[in-house]
Amino acid sequence: MTPAQNSRAKMEARRLAIRYGQKLAIRDINLTIPEHQVTALIGPSGCGKSTFLRSLNRMNELIPHTSHDGEVLLDGHSIHERGLDVVDLRRRVGMVFQRSNPFPKSIFENVAYGLRVGGMRDKQDIADRVERSLRNAALWDEVKDRLSESALGMSGGQQQRVCIARALAVEPEVLLMDEPASALDPIATAKIEELIHELKSRYTIAIVTHNMQQAARVSDVTAFFYMGELVEVGATEQIFTNPREKRTEDYVTGKFG
Amino acid sequence: MAATHTDKTFENDLRALREKLLAMGARVEEQIALSVRALTERDTALPARVKASDREVNVLEIEVDDLCRKILALRQPAASDLRFITTALKIVVDLERIGDLAVNIAERAADLNEAPPLKQYQDTPRLAEMAQQQVRRALDAFVAGDTAKAEDVLRGDDHLDDLFVKIFNELLTYMMEDSRNIRRANALLSIAKHLERIGDHAVNLAEMVIYMVRGTDIRHARSRGLEWVE
Repeated sequence: MTPAQNSRAKMEARRLAIRYGQKLAIRDINLTIPEHQVTALIGPSGCGKSTFLRSLNRMNELIPHTSHDGEVLLDGHSIHERGLDVVDLRRRVGMVFQRSNPFPKSIFENVAYGLRVGGMRDKQDIADRVERSLRNAALWDEVKDRLSESALGMSGGQQQRVCIARALAVEPEVLLMDEPASALDPIATAKIEELIHELKSRYTIAIVTHNMQQAARVSDVTAFFYMGELVEVGATEQIFTNPREKRTEDYVTGKFG
Repeated sequence: MAATHTDKTFENDLRALREKLLAMGARVEEQIALSVRALTERDTALPARVKASDREVNVLEIEVDDLCRKILALRQPAASDLRFITTALKIVVDLERIGDLAVNIAERAADLNEAPPLKQYQDTPRLAEMAQQQVRRALDAFVAGDTAKAEDVLRGDDHLDDLFVKIFNELLTYMMEDSRNIRRANALLSIAKHLERIGDHAVNLAEMVIYMVRGTDIRHARSRGLEWVE
């Protein structure tokens, strides 16, 4: 039973290719991101998995000379449509990065930031949303008495969860995570992974990770990228017990040099 | 397996595991041969050798278990490696059990050697040869990842079962003829039953090899409502 079978496509890449200048970073990617599931993107460095992740909310366009072919659909509509509001796209498809990057502001202001930028003014509304986001990020109980303290004074794991709360505050539909736990210790990592499990009932999640055990633990679907191509995608259990492609087999068993 | 693991110590662990399983397989094959020779050649020294060999098999079983646990804990193997290690953990159980059955055969043979032979032994050595061959084939299939050979083992089991039924019927006639034959006929029957059971363990091994190679479990197809045609 492939999880993708009983879930509708939240996002979909069709024949997607991304170039940085002349260099082709990914090519001919056809991949569905199923709704309310966790899709893990794995592969060696330079395989294109992060490029693919960033293409899902057009974050890669911030890199100069980026161009694309093919299309990416969000709820069936192209995210490259003329006139589409990129800021709104990035609100709907939020992102959490490898290095937690809280702003040098209070915990409260970090989470409220996107709301203020988005034009929310009512203090009570903002406070409610901040609390709900911190609760969703499993951080509320730890920080509720120190919301006015600087986010920079928190532990690495807490900082990463503040960043998740900040991403959740603007009520995204899809959450992209690029190595969200690579700089964290095992306990903080376990909290993030537990959080991912909880979040997937409300959000659709795509995660890039170098840690294959992490991909195995948190995801429903795993996609293996190699040298800019999507080699294989399948139910995570299948990819880690019985992959169809030789290159996937070699990668998950550690046979790549 | 053409590509090797980037991590050489992992590669070495897997090789050591494979070698231990093969050593164990070779030991139990030898045990089967010796235990039946104890009967056919009326050799009173052989049962002790079978038992000594069984102790080595038991030690290997524990070593294989330890190594598998170590690899699981330290390497978190995936895909074919994972299937190999979980298969290894199960294969040792069958191999160890075959060793025990060979010891039982040797003990029955020792009893039988105390009395004059009931009959000329022809079918029992043949059954032993077949059982041993099934085990060897299953182990060859395991080493080579050869599912065709494993399927040969699955098909070969019928021949053992047929011969066992033949031996059973023959021994029944001995028992009905003269009640003084019952003790010896019963001992011979036990030996035949043990050999037939060894054949069943070979089938288990072959099924595991097919799982290990293909990643699909063919066991208990009927119980699971699956169609499985040879």
